Amino acid sequence: MSAPVETEAPEHPPFTIPDFEVVPRKGLVIAAVGMILLIAGIASNKLWPLEFFHVAGGAAWTIIDLFLGLVLGPIMGSMSPPARVEFTTKLMPKMVLIMPTVVTISLAAGWQLSTKLGTNLSASPMHGWIVASFIIVGVMAIIALGLLEPANIAVLFELKKPRPNPAVIERLMKRFIYSAGILGVMQVATLVIMTKIASG
Amino acid sequence: MSQAKLPPFTQIGMASLALIVAGGIYLSAHLPHHVPLTPAIVLLAASALLLAGNLTALARVQDFAWGRFFDIARWALLAYVIIAGMIEYAFLRDHVSGGVLVVLTLSLVVFAVHVPVLIGFTVARFHESGTPAEDGAPAV
Repeated sequence: MSAPVETEAPEHPPFTIPDFEVVPRKGLVIAAVGMILLIAGIASNKLWPLEFFHVAGGAAWTIIDLFLGLVLGPIMGSMSPPARVEFTTKLMPKMVLIMPTVVTISLAAGWQLSTKLGTNLSASPMHGWIVASFIIVGVMAIIALGLLEPANIAVLFELKKPRPNPAVIERLMKRFIYSAGILGVMQVATLVIMTKIASG
Repeated sequence: MSQAKLPPFTQIGMASLALIVAGGIYLSAHLPHHVPLTPAIVLLAASALLLAGNLTALARVQDFAWGRFFDIARWALLAYVIIAGMIEYAFLRDHVSGGVLVVLTLSLVVFAVHVPVLIGFTVARFHESGTPAEDGAPAV
């Protein structure tokens, strides 16, 4: 199924939107496998799986945020409306699954890791840095949960309408990309803190 | 959704989440020592009040797309109840108990309700006419 889009600019003829799933079902399986492995890693409470999930999840989270906000965002802004909509229908459903999964993996493994190493205890010499990371992650969580994720879901439902509104899509995508950019910049601060903690 | 004036639902929702996060950071920053619970309770109460006020203000909006809102919010609620349940399980596994457990559990309840309604609101406000209603939100 495809839906025609009314474009505001007369120079762009109406175009069709390819069919897509708001939540990709195949991706759900992959996300579930990731979560099961995370739970197994936490249950084992061994250093290597905890380090692996925390570092891999955190790296994926950081790279995606930076790439979305600073690289893909400007590129999307320069695309023609049909190309931008087609790209959005392919990117955003994946983001619905990828972002919550990598964030959960990174944070859950990170908390268990700090519990194992004792760095989340107030007696730890690294405690100040850990609390700083709590604050940064807290601010990032508020932006992600309050702005980024709702925009992600809303743009997909807008694209599912029989007559999607390009102005709404534009507005929601800007909100998504700007949020991702802010999160990406905050990730740099997280990188500074995490490398400081890791190097002692 | 008509062009009716919407309450600043997203902004208040984010403020509510910020209070919950602040309470969580306050408690976790003092591990393993017991700290006075009063600041965390005040933050939780303020967050819950913002949640209640947010929902009340939204309920009074004329012609809001409630069908769409509940369609989205219930599935998001399912996801966030699972997430909150996993976090609660972690608290229990880590032997968190007493007043701290109560505060953290209630904080999770606010979190698990507010995020789904934020998602439901963002989708529902663009329903029907396909144009956004004014809520004082920035254009991003």
